[in-house]
Amino acid sequence: MENAELKRIASQVRRDIVRMVAAVSSGHPGGSLGCADFFTLMYFEVMKQDPKNFTMDGKNEDIFFLSNGHISPVWYSVLSRRGYFPVPELNTFRKLSSRLQGHPTPEKGLEGIRMASGSLGQGLSNAIGTAQVKKLNGDNCLVYTLHGDGELQEGQIWEAAMYAAAHKVDNLIATVDYNGRQIDGDCDDVISLGNLKEKWQAFGWVVLEMDGHNFDDMRKTLAEAKAKTGQGKPIVILMKTEMGQGVDYMMGTHKWHGSAPNAEQLEKALNQLEETIGDY
Amino acid sequence: MIEIEVFGKKDTRSGFGEGLLELGRTNPDVLALCADLTGSLKMDAFQKEFPERFFQVGIAEANMISIAAGMTIGGKIPFTGTFANFSTGRVYDQIRQSVAYSNKNVKIAASHAGLTLGEDGATHQILEDIGMMKMLPHMTVIVPADFNQTKQATIACTKHNGPVYLRFGRPSVPIFVREDANFVIGKADTIIEGTDVTIIACGHLVWKSIEAAKELEKQGISAEVINMHTIKPLDEEAVLKSIAKTKCVVTAEEHMYHGGLGDSIAQLLARTAPTPQEYVAVNDTFGESGTPDELMAKYHIDTPDVVAAALKVIKRK
Ligand SMILES: Cc1ncc(C[n+]2csc(CCOP(=O)(O)OP(=O)(O)O)c2C)c(N)n1
Ligand SMILES: [Mg+2]
Repeated sequence: MENAELKRIASQVRRDIVRMVAAVSSGHPGGSLGCADFFTLMYFEVMKQDPKNFTMDGKNEDIFFLSNGHISPVWYSVLSRRGYFPVPELNTFRKLSSRLQGHPTPEKGLEGIRMASGSLGQGLSNAIGTAQVKKLNGDNCLVYTLHGDGELQEGQIWEAAMYAAAHKVDNLIATVDYNGRQIDGDCDDVISLGNLKEKWQAFGWVVLEMDGHNFDDMRKTLAEAKAKTGQGKPIVILMKTEMGQGVDYMMGTHKWHGSAPNAEQLEKALNQLEETIGDY
Repeated sequence: MIEIEVFGKKDTRSGFGEGLLELGRTNPDVLALCADLTGSLKMDAFQKEFPERFFQVGIAEANMISIAAGMTIGGKIPFTGTFANFSTGRVYDQIRQSVAYSNKNVKIAASHAGLTLGEDGATHQILEDIGMMKMLPHMTVIVPADFNQTKQATIACTKHNGPVYLRFGRPSVPIFVREDANFVIGKADTIIEGTDVTIIACGHLVWKSIEAAKELEKQGISAEVINMHTIKPLDEEAVLKSIAKTKCVVTAEEHMYHGGLGDSIAQLLARTAPTPQEYVAVNDTFGESGTPDELMAKYHIDTPDVVAAALKVIKRK
């Protein structure tokens, strides 16, 4: 897909995100905005999928897990814009009886979601299980995950990292939303992540890096990651992003990790994000 | 006419924050640990005033619980702070082995309990925690009813040497416990005396039960309301004394039927004085996203549900 087209979609996705969280005065815009470009590229170009015929088993399709479930707004927006479910359903986000729960769940039958997340640190293990079954089933498609960087403070992530290398889970591409921020502040001030690249390498992973706001760089890096699958090692991409990307007052701070804009702030945000495909 | 004085409205987690700050000022042994939720737990005032006694552990709850257990060796009283789900289910074996079984003086401060956490949805809305915690030997389980009581309970649990699970929440609820009330662990408060039915509640369901008692009064029914702020050890005497008078009981809590306050009361009564009982609790289902009020209504743990349960149980006498 042309970069210009991806940009158009991502702009609409960002509008969806801020409108969704503002409508219910709750939810997580910061990380969602930061990952809007990544999700757009993954769902509109990179992953092999069948949005109109969603199945839980996803045989012969690439499968995506969102381990940092709090950034559900970006996932819901992209899933609906890609045709998994009707776009107007974004209106129900976080409201009573909605399929668009605050944190994603398959319990309500929303197309595109295969595992509940929200309690951090569990998605890499889920993805490993699914990746191993793809191999058992002779299915050559890949499993992708996304994680927060703060989320990497959870011990289970490193149990999974050790397992994936030991079991040569080489059909798995994990991405870290490396925005350097979490709820209580910068990751470096909360619990420093240290040298993430060396940590993953020491655990036996192939480590790549990319700029989460540059489509060319992401396209190139994801292609390289794909090329490195099937070689006995799991792959992780450290993706540099800016929390709140696209809305000036949400950038450069952790403050918008989990706060919704009020009406006035929403308007200010929407003025910076072009309506391209059309608001829901 | 039932008249209960109300002193405004506040969230119980702020009561914890104030209690912790006061402990910081009065007891140099009190420490606090938090897993990247300092603001949500209202621990920021303590952190600011006592940075050397505050430990940010990051998003690593299992590590936090086990570190806290270690910190008791040498005489400190650590409080751990995170949401109720990540304070219990997430770290059950760490609590079981290094806090309960090792009988350590750790105070587990659990916020955002139950459905009224609201829009975050079921991943965060734990309704099983009272059961998990009360099943652990040595564990004391406290569910205070309002802001003042949460503050008092926070302070009181440092006077008890042993593991404590202190459960509170996110929404703003009416304050009716007096600021100078004397909180005693394991000693229930009878808020309203009555003769036709006993309503035993914990957490903010105590307020809902008070409102239910007012409603019942209009219908000519005299309800006794007991604030069972300590689930374990249970004030059995208070229950039995009241039941001897009313001969029926409603239990009300923001928790599953299974394993909660109602369960503790039912067990006591089954062993000693079989009595008709109705539960106001969540019936074996996960919660969902919504506003706290919507969820209380949808999952039937609101004032009208307490009233209906009382009317039903009276008929069963
Ligand atoms: C096990 C667990 N502990 C705590 C939380 C509360 N929580 C939600 S998001 C978050 C911070 C996550 O930081 P990061 O992964 O960097 O995501 P970002 O803030 O960058 O979106 C925390 C502590 C949680 N959801 N799960
Ligand atoms: Mg982050």
